[in-house]
Amino acid sequence: MTIPPTDLGERPPFPSGLGFDPATINTFMTNFGHTGFLGVRYRTHAENWIELELPWREDLVGDPETGVLASGPIVSLLDNATSMAVWVHRNSFRPQVTLDLRIDYIRAATPGKTVVAWAECYQLKQSMAFVRGIAHDGDINDPVAHAAGIFIQVDAEGWSRETVGAQ
Amino acid sequence: MTDDLIEKLSAQLPPYAKAMGMMVDHMAEGAPVLTMDYASRAVGRPGFLHGGAIAGMLEIAAIVALRAHLGDEGMTVRFKPINISVEYLRGGVQAQTFAMGSVIRAGRRIANVRAEAWQADRDKPLASCWMNFLLKPKS
Repeated sequence: MTIPPTDLGERPPFPSGLGFDPATINTFMTNFGHTGFLGVRYRTHAENWIELELPWREDLVGDPETGVLASGPIVSLLDNATSMAVWVHRNSFRPQVTLDLRIDYIRAATPGKTVVAWAECYQLKQSMAFVRGIAHDGDINDPVAHAAGIFIQVDAEGWSRETVGAQ
Repeated sequence: MTDDLIEKLSAQLPPYAKAMGMMVDHMAEGAPVLTMDYASRAVGRPGFLHGGAIAGMLEIAAIVALRAHLGDEGMTVRFKPINISVEYLRGGVQAQTFAMGSVIRAGRRIANVRAEAWQADRDKPLASCWMNFLLKPKS
């Protein structure tokens, strides 16, 4: 059994001008922050999609009676995979933030099994990136969860409304 | 009474919530308020909470709100999340985070719960969500 990491520290910012590079991504994802804590790993990617995985771990369980993973780690996995699908599509690490994310939990993930998330950026617009994803535990035709979301492209136009006292 | 309830709800937090450092802090308007310290295990881009960690906290806040709402009956029922929709309103900065759920309706089979997360200012939410749960008797 893997020992859950305790305090990994935050990841450094991505080097500017770097294209999408799985090796860099994996190092950053595995060794720092929330993804490092959860144990999220890179699997593969192509033009507008990516696959990540989350091995089952006892301390990520939501129901100790069944050993089923909590939904929180699955949201994190899908959030991460969908946001990285945008980077894959752009082939660059443009800053973005989640506007919204919706998850349908189709069935419980099988205890002990690694959860895989496939995610794609199906429309990339100037200010917004539209994403969707599927989480499964071995067979994508028997999914655990579906995700749909939108990411705001923060530096899209270099313009934002002046607001008083905004945070 | 209140302390007993907080203790009871804390004891029932799932391993995931405990591993993330979530705790039931206090009761407000009859609903439990969840808290989580800022730590690197919850961080996405440098200096900000990961969207998934925020969503995970909202889910736990919704679950404990539902448990508190159902009272003793909640002990015999299993909650299965059906879906969640999260709206992200602000970046989660390096500060303590709070979250609280409110049960809109707990019917015979389905419960609908909304939850909000905030940091220093209760009136400036970080994120909000709605969730549906399927209520099933524990077998």
